[in-house]
Amino acid sequence: MSRVLPAEGGLRRVIGDGVATPDGEVEGLGSDELLALYRNLVLLRTYDERSLVYHRQGRVGTYAIFWNHEAMQAGSAFALEPRDWIFPSYRESAIGLLRGIPASTVLSWWRGHPAGWWNPEEYGVASICVPIGTHVPHAVGFAWGSRLKGEDRVAIVYFGDGATSEGSFHEAATFAGVMAAPAILFCNNNQWAISTPVSRQTAAAALADKASGYGMPGVRVDGGDVLAVYEATREAVERARAGEGPTLIEAVTYRAAPHATADDPSIYIDPARVEEERENECVGRYERYLARLGVLTDSLASEIKQEALELMRQGIAEAEAEPPADVSLVFEHAYANPPPTQAHDLAELRRTLGG
Amino acid sequence: MAERLLVEAVNDALHVEMERDPSVLVMGEDVGVLGGVFRATAGLHDRFGAQRCISTPLAEAGIVGTAIGLCMAGWRPVCELQYDAFGYPALDQLITHVGRYRWRTRGKLSFPLTIRMPYGGGVRAPELHEDSPETYYVHTPGVKVAIPSTPADAKGLLAAAIRDPDPVVVLEPKLHYRSSKEEVPDGEYLVPLGKARRAREGSDVTLVAYGSMVPVAGRAADALAGEASVEVLDLRTLKPLDEEALLASVAKTGRVVVVQEAPRVCGFAAEVAAVLAEKAIFDLQGPVVRVTGYDVPYPYWQIEDAYMPSVERVADAARRVLAAS
Repeated sequence: MSRVLPAEGGLRRVIGDGVATPDGEVEGLGSDELLALYRNLVLLRTYDERSLVYHRQGRVGTYAIFWNHEAMQAGSAFALEPRDWIFPSYRESAIGLLRGIPASTVLSWWRGHPAGWWNPEEYGVASICVPIGTHVPHAVGFAWGSRLKGEDRVAIVYFGDGATSEGSFHEAATFAGVMAAPAILFCNNNQWAISTPVSRQTAAAALADKASGYGMPGVRVDGGDVLAVYEATREAVERARAGEGPTLIEAVTYRAAPHATADDPSIYIDPARVEEERENECVGRYERYLARLGVLTDSLASEIKQEALELMRQGIAEAEAEPPADVSLVFEHAYANPPPTQAHDLAELRRTLGG
Repeated sequence: MAERLLVEAVNDALHVEMERDPSVLVMGEDVGVLGGVFRATAGLHDRFGAQRCISTPLAEAGIVGTAIGLCMAGWRPVCELQYDAFGYPALDQLITHVGRYRWRTRGKLSFPLTIRMPYGGGVRAPELHEDSPETYYVHTPGVKVAIPSTPADAKGLLAAAIRDPDPVVVLEPKLHYRSSKEEVPDGEYLVPLGKARRAREGSDVTLVAYGSMVPVAGRAADALAGEASVEVLDLRTLKPLDEEALLASVAKTGRVVVVQEAPRVCGFAAEVAAVLAEKAIFDLQGPVVRVTGYDVPYPYWQIEDAYMPSVERVADAARRVLAAS
């Protein structure tokens, strides 16, 4: 493990500001790829913004906002092959859109309708994990198990800064290192776990510093820079495929929206800092970069936005058109071979419902 | 047929199932070269290699958590948790994911993992090496639970658990790992989940037991010889419970004593008593009596025998039930 160095201190960046900091570029990304990445960003942004509206209209339930997290999700997912698996937390609820999961499916998930529960094998996207950090071992087990079978698949797992305090993160990272699992542990450090700042999660200078304790490289990247995220993830994927084991990526951003629709950050957050972040949010940064490159025009940007809005209009219409789920789904799928009591319970339920 | 100790029967089941199905792997603390602290996995490392008999980091939630991912990658993991109480760190994964993930995918993914561990007391061990944690597992939706009491059942139930498409927790009575040998069928051998075993036939009172309490119930039946005809029902699988066998026995005897080593409140004996109250009240000729461990931490080993349900306590409970009708 002589390759493992102390984690990087500074944040990797590619996108400049058009003034003092010059723009960089990522080798291998032509204008087609740059625009494909832009479409993905806009799709996620549109999903998030429309979901908030739908929530306020009472059309989806409690919703975990990921506004300004799109660059981390779209950038990292762009470095994967279709055979690689994604293990999302609730903050990445819509990342499956980038793998072809219909918007109506994800919206149904947030509507608490069974149509929102998908088949992970169909999309290479595991189920959304709600309890914090407990899915990190699943991704590690999947990556390790794929390697044991001689299959060339990588797993990426997303979690927040708060999750790094959980035992499941620690145990999973330990396994990943020992088993040389082709896994990417992707931490979106938005610096808040609801109202708890990252300074109350760890006394470490950086979350990426934890990596060396697990015998893996730790990389720090600007989470608002979609190209830097992509490039860092691509390197981690290459390492994983080469049999060199896992990587911890810490993508640093700032949570510029409430934790979820039920949260009131005005109680604990500095509004000036939020405003600063909102002005520098990740989609706008990338748009300005593409404009400076001459790759994106206003009319193309408008076309891409309209496509995403239309997809959401269709998605919510389809989700709302789902017929009410039958109560048999209360029981179905809990077991492959259900105990005999289940049929009795369902019959009793139907009788008392008068059905 | 060969005569085998209970732990040898477990080992035999693992050999046979790993031979039969190349997707079966064994993982856990010290299961590799050492063959496990009880030698339940002895020989597997040599026979199947370090990729299918894996000594893991000392991290129970990591063992069960990564096993979920191994299932997704097409493996059929058998996790050894070293001792009953060492399984508690893994309850997080068991409750939040193992029992729910199949449902979460609407049945599209199966999680055929097996979690096996030695359980129970009477072995003069330090604290937290002698617990009976079955209730935590039984209470978890999506998870099945089996507890053998004999070498043959230890082999057959474990093999059935490994082949079952649902997650199964198998608790092995460590007190009886090496207490006696029994004829165990060679080669592939299955004892179906959800089927109880009548360990002794009788007509006056049924002693319901499982795991290490089955021999205690058997000796209590001996102690009652001449007083009553005693039936002993070995449940073998707690979930799904073989209600048919339970109700049939009670329809015959009308009297029931339920024996468990675990603490009393909300223990499995309470579930058995509740099933009888709901479905057999008119067959009962007296109260259903529980003989259990007490609602205290499992005691210091010098006085542990006072905690364990004894032959005397079980026989006394049976006499009370017989006297009440």
